[in-house]
Amino acid sequence: MMIDMFKNTFKGGIHPYDGKDLSKDKPIKEMLPGPELVFPLSQHIGAPAEAVVKKGDKVLAGQLIAKASGFVSAPVYSSVSGTVKAIEKRRTTTGDMTMSIIIENDGQYEKAEPIHKMRYEDMGRDDIIRIIGEAGIVGMGGAGFPTHVKLSPKEPDKIDTVIVNCAECEPYLTSDYRKMLEEPEKLIKGLEIEVSLFKNARGVLAVEDNKPDCIKLLREKTEGHDKISVVALKTKYPQGSERQLIYAVTKREINSKMLPADAGCVVNNVDTVISICDAIMNGEPLTHRIVTVTGDAVKEPRNFKVLTGTNYNDLIEAAGGFKEEPAKIISGGPMMGFAMFDTNVPVTKSSSALLCMTKDEVAMYEPSACINCGRCVDVCPSRLVPSLLADHAEHFNEEEFKALYGLECVECGSCSYVCPAKRQLVQSIKTLRKICLAKRKKA
Amino acid sequence: MRSISSTPHIRDKQTTTGIMGAVILALMPATVFGIVNFGFKALLLIIISIASAVFFEWGFEKITKKKSTVKDLSAVLTGLLLALNLPVSVPWWMPIIGSFVAIVVIKMLFGGLGQNFMNPALGARCFLVISFSKLMTDFSYIPGFGGTDAVSGATPLMALKNGEGFDMLSMFIGNEAGTIGETSAMMLLIGGMFLMFAGIITWHLTFSYLLSFVVFITLFSGYGLNMVYIGAQLYGGGLMLGAFFMATDYVTRPVSRKGQLIYGVFLGVMTGIFRLFGPGAEGVSYAIIIGNLIVPLIEKLTVPKHFGYGKEAAK
Repeated sequence: MMIDMFKNTFKGGIHPYDGKDLSKDKPIKEMLPGPELVFPLSQHIGAPAEAVVKKGDKVLAGQLIAKASGFVSAPVYSSVSGTVKAIEKRRTTTGDMTMSIIIENDGQYEKAEPIHKMRYEDMGRDDIIRIIGEAGIVGMGGAGFPTHVKLSPKEPDKIDTVIVNCAECEPYLTSDYRKMLEEPEKLIKGLEIEVSLFKNARGVLAVEDNKPDCIKLLREKTEGHDKISVVALKTKYPQGSERQLIYAVTKREINSKMLPADAGCVVNNVDTVISICDAIMNGEPLTHRIVTVTGDAVKEPRNFKVLTGTNYNDLIEAAGGFKEEPAKIISGGPMMGFAMFDTNVPVTKSSSALLCMTKDEVAMYEPSACINCGRCVDVCPSRLVPSLLADHAEHFNEEEFKALYGLECVECGSCSYVCPAKRQLVQSIKTLRKICLAKRKKA
Repeated sequence: MRSISSTPHIRDKQTTTGIMGAVILALMPATVFGIVNFGFKALLLIIISIASAVFFEWGFEKITKKKSTVKDLSAVLTGLLLALNLPVSVPWWMPIIGSFVAIVVIKMLFGGLGQNFMNPALGARCFLVISFSKLMTDFSYIPGFGGTDAVSGATPLMALKNGEGFDMLSMFIGNEAGTIGETSAMMLLIGGMFLMFAGIITWHLTFSYLLSFVVFITLFSGYGLNMVYIGAQLYGGGLMLGAFFMATDYVTRPVSRKGQLIYGVFLGVMTGIFRLFGPGAEGVSYAIIIGNLIVPLIEKLTVPKHFGYGKEAAK
């Protein structure tokens, strides 16, 4: 047990080229959006928000434009001042057409009133959770699960570990890294606020050990803090996957039917925790985020502080444009991000990166027969047999797929990455998994 | 229009062809040694074997209108392994028949690469040994290039079984009678180590195979813990070739590490039984062929414990 405790990681995983050097050493730069901003009503998991403005309305920066339509939902705020131009369907990063509020930027950035005027010292537990919900904060690592829901487990006293996911295990992404270096105080304050919600909890900043400068800085800043500590994790993808992260920090395992709270944990992303600090301390709703614009096709890769609703094309321009025509553009990291055929889409609360690559490695290879080499089995963080699951998925053998615990897949893509036969393993598994999960929900 | 695809968007550089190429490369020391030891005819048999294996795969896919897979080098590897498992004295048509059985009967008829339940090269060797037992067990040869004196062909393992003398050093180096590729334990070890360092195979299967074999013969050979005897058993016959290159064939071994350990023990025990109690001196080929057949069972018993369901699961 003691020996295990020293190894803060999980079994399996991969070590792809990390590409972080492209953007990691340049400070975050603020960028201004173009004349038109698009705010999808659904930027989170749960019910879409309901618009509270109509065409022609004047709005201010930080003004509520769509309210949450249920508990598992999140409101949307305008990030600029201007006029509502339309409420219509627009394309988002996943390629779907989503109902969105379109705002014409007047370039004045006139600010609305803060969303609350309370002092942190006077807030109770319920106030904090309410404000986090009202600020529209969602998981900004990619999933977009409303944060106030995560912070409201059935039995709050059973939560003993609040983890900030500072792993940033996706290759190329450096936004969390920059945030940790540039705003460690806000990060720690945000975590303090979270920890204060649970009387038995301690806070953990879980950082991969390829970021020794962050570990050092955060350790200095938290020195003497009785409830917050920094844990160094082994650098390995997918170290930042929620279940694997919880295991690395607490040695407790959860499966697909459980929530982190079942293991006494709450896990949040770096940007999310900083947004919590902004919302509670300054009354700022979520209207900006950090986006890594990178890849070998981009002239000046770096991190930008971006207002939500900003067009991706403006991001590309801000990074100096392309030095070479990209073969593939990805929203998010190369392991789990979405490939985009159209960059005329808005930055949302969960857009972590824009990755432009001159080579499409997927198209370079053709899938061939499985040779049973077992590499996918070795790397699977959920300890499954991806080759077999993909076989069953390709034949729609739902029963056998479930019998082999196909629903436990975290869709990290490590299997497809290592496969020497270049099979689309995770793609097949994901497809059947989605169908099975939808059926499970219905039942 | 930019290309889109499902995740992940990056891929490891290793390919099926790369793996097959690495195994072929790892077999080169033993192959070259075999040619030096057994002369020009060994080279000829190797070329015939590889060429016919590739031809049969290409031809089968042509006739059945399937996409050609000869570029993945697996047929080349099968042809090479088959040749390394033949005595140099066999007639030129022997590898052609062997390749036909390996590629068409054992591999392609079951669906091609990845679908065969048995190691094609070994299956073909066993077929040849049964069908042409006299030719396949004639180990006489004329050593090297330009040699004139034929060596009567008792393999060291036969000598060992008959209680005759043997030379341990030459068994290790490999200038002995035997099949073309099996005689040099040293060259096979070099190749095997290369495969492990290159990450093509792991130690689990080979190690448990060799260890369980040593334990078995220590217990049942009657020689006890006799290092010379054990060494001769390890270096002699097809054990090194089998343990590093045949048993480790991806397609026909269990996929999990635990399964590989169990499989190795099974092979070690079977090889021991065949060598000690069987009629012949050899046992590796049959042990692996029979082992291949129980792999599905081992797979069923060694499904990895899923994350979130083990003893560390919450609640």
